[in-house]
Amino acid sequence: MNHMETPLLAFEGLHITLPVRGEHRAVVHRVDLTVPAGGAVGLVGESGSGKSLTARSVLRLLPPGARVGGDVRFDGASVTAMDAASLRALRGSGAAMIFQDPRAHINPLRTIGDFLTEGLVTTRGQRQGAATARATDLLREVGIADAPRRLRQRPAELSGGLLQRVMIAAALIGEPRLLLADEPTTALDVTTQAEVMAVIDEAREQRGLAMLFITHDLALAAAVCDSIAVMYAGSVVEQLPAARLHDASCHPYTRALLAARPDPGTGARPLRAIEGRPLSASEAGPGCAFAPRCPAARDLCTTDRPLPERTGDGRTACHFPLLAGADDAAPGTERTVRHG
Amino acid sequence: MADAGAPAALEAAGLRKTYGDFVAVEDVGLSLAPGASLALVGESGSGKTTTARMIAGLEAPTAGTVRFDGRVLPGRRARTAVRGSFAGDVQMVFQDPYASLDRHQRVADSISEVLAHHTDLRGSALARRTAELLDQVGLTAGQARSLPRALSGGQRQRVAIARAVAVRPRVLVLDEAVAALDVSVQAQIVTLLRELREQSDTAYLFITHDLGIVQHICEDIAVMHRGRIIERGRTLSVLERPGAAYTRKLIDSVPRRGWTPKRGATA
Ligand SMILES: Nc1ncnc2c1ncn2[C@@H]1O[C@H](COP(=O)(O)OP(=O)(O)OP(=O)(O)O)[C@@H](O)[C@H]1O
Ligand SMILES: Nc1ncnc2c1ncn2[C@@H]1O[C@H](COP(=O)(O)OP(=O)(O)OP(=O)(O)O)[C@@H](O)[C@H]1O
Ligand code: SF4
Ligand SMILES: [Mg+2]
Ligand SMILES: [Mg+2]
Repeated sequence: MNHMETPLLAFEGLHITLPVRGEHRAVVHRVDLTVPAGGAVGLVGESGSGKSLTARSVLRLLPPGARVGGDVRFDGASVTAMDAASLRALRGSGAAMIFQDPRAHINPLRTIGDFLTEGLVTTRGQRQGAATARATDLLREVGIADAPRRLRQRPAELSGGLLQRVMIAAALIGEPRLLLADEPTTALDVTTQAEVMAVIDEAREQRGLAMLFITHDLALAAAVCDSIAVMYAGSVVEQLPAARLHDASCHPYTRALLAARPDPGTGARPLRAIEGRPLSASEAGPGCAFAPRCPAARDLCTTDRPLPERTGDGRTACHFPLLAGADDAAPGTERTVRHG
Repeated sequence: MADAGAPAALEAAGLRKTYGDFVAVEDVGLSLAPGASLALVGESGSGKTTTARMIAGLEAPTAGTVRFDGRVLPGRRARTAVRGSFAGDVQMVFQDPYASLDRHQRVADSISEVLAHHTDLRGSALARRTAELLDQVGLTAGQARSLPRALSGGQRQRVAIARAVAVRPRVLVLDEAVAALDVSVQAQIVTLLRELREQSDTAYLFITHDLGIVQHICEDIAVMHRGRIIERGRTLSVLERPGAAYTRKLIDSVPRRGWTPKRGATA
């Protein structure tokens, strides 16, 4: 990455609070992250860690009453300071979002064709014929063979995998520079997931599209992204190149996540659980949010929150980062299961 | 799979289920020895849940039989008392534990209730066995006094498992029981299930679409495709040397080191 270039997307100390019964609660503590033009960053974390809110902050699609600290920059421009016209442009042709549950984001009563062409016709003034031709091309590109028939159908007539392809086509139709993909395959089974990811990969390659890819599956993120950011309780705790994930992760949480889901097959490592449950940002105390579950925690961890610092090729927010390559079998409370 | 002579804990034969003209399950046969653990895998809609529900007696097969220790499971229309006597044969744990728990009942009470219904335990013996079960699934005394809504998803799944194993069933059917849990918690529940199985001879039928997890819990695997079992064998050998092209495709779709997503035929 060339550090002189402005990244396409930059989170700068992003902090988000939401009103809960009259009181503002932190839901995102601290996200510092950049996505270069054409690059792909995987944002990985367990439920409630703040992944979706982080992605939504890019399009200012946060719940009512949300307060945002720090900044989000798209191509250098502050998203938090954008006027209505710039925000419309950003949403129309800057960045497009794909969601986990396509059915919740499409009108069940209208046809796929209307859904896809509406934006082109109403906001870009294209003629219906041209817009339909464009939609047909895109459906073919995402692997839907009988596109003309599908354009006449309604969402209920399509399987989850097909509908997610339609959503990808919808995201591509505005020719954005960035895809915000929020668990686009979590609701699909693995064979369909592989196909949908391949479709996204190809579309990105042909267009030089950047992507922020949200998932709870580290292995999936590592396979389709250049760089991985791991979130825990509202903060990015580690970022590193995807290719270095297995060998060079330094944060105890990243290591624990890898050990909780070993690659399948002979020679697979035993599966190792992390005690306790993931915390949400608002539950985190003054120290490291992972301390209650961390086998490497010491006194300092419960009093001082660690900030991200350089570790090898990446950045890690941990007082006692594990050395790259060292065995992660840290002493502690983990229980080990061996198969056989 | 079962020892010659000793009856299988579960023997399902020729199971078929149709909905109108649609065949959801066709000619499925399964045999589980006491203490065995079989994974039933396959893509969405392949018929896993339908098979599980027929085995658990929640759905009447269009054809075929289900036997526990050689006895035939009574159908859905059988008297509750008759069906109740089969509670010790088969129990089921679902993906969403919240839906299967009474929202107004404290966790410990929900376990005592099952025990009181299916065993002769009363009074202090009942309380002792309840505490033992809670401890076995890793729930604290404080959590035992809570209502389900005060627990996390993983903790609720522990409650559901405690209730299911309370009656020491011959067969425990787990339908996507860890699918909704966070990765780190998923590993806890898999660990718990392994520990419980070492302590009893309950057989598991573990239904999942997640091939990454099966080898950590099941010695055997059966692959379903369009309502039929198309391949079965020891988990590791099927994962390493799948016989069916469909099984190979399933395995190749699991993200891992060095994996890249590939597009199949157009949809
Ligand atoms: N509309 C809302 N009102 C109040 N709290 C919210 C709202 N949306 C999200 N939160 C809280 O903010 C935190 C982060 O939520 P977010 O949706 O970003 O998590 P996530 O990492 O995407 O999780 P998941 O993997 O479950 O999608 C959670 O604790 C959640 O409960
Ligand atoms: N009550 C029903 N009426 C009609 N069709 C049904 C019914 N229950 C299931 N089916 C159909 O039977 C097929 C098998 O469904 P089943 O739920 O057993 O699949 P599954 O393998 O458990 O899938 P998943 O992984 O999505 O849970 C599906 O095509 C489903 O739509
Ligand atoms: S800061 Fe301490 S508790 Fe947090 S991850 Fe590092 S070692 Fe563990
Ligand atoms: Mg989310
Ligand atoms: Mg099912």
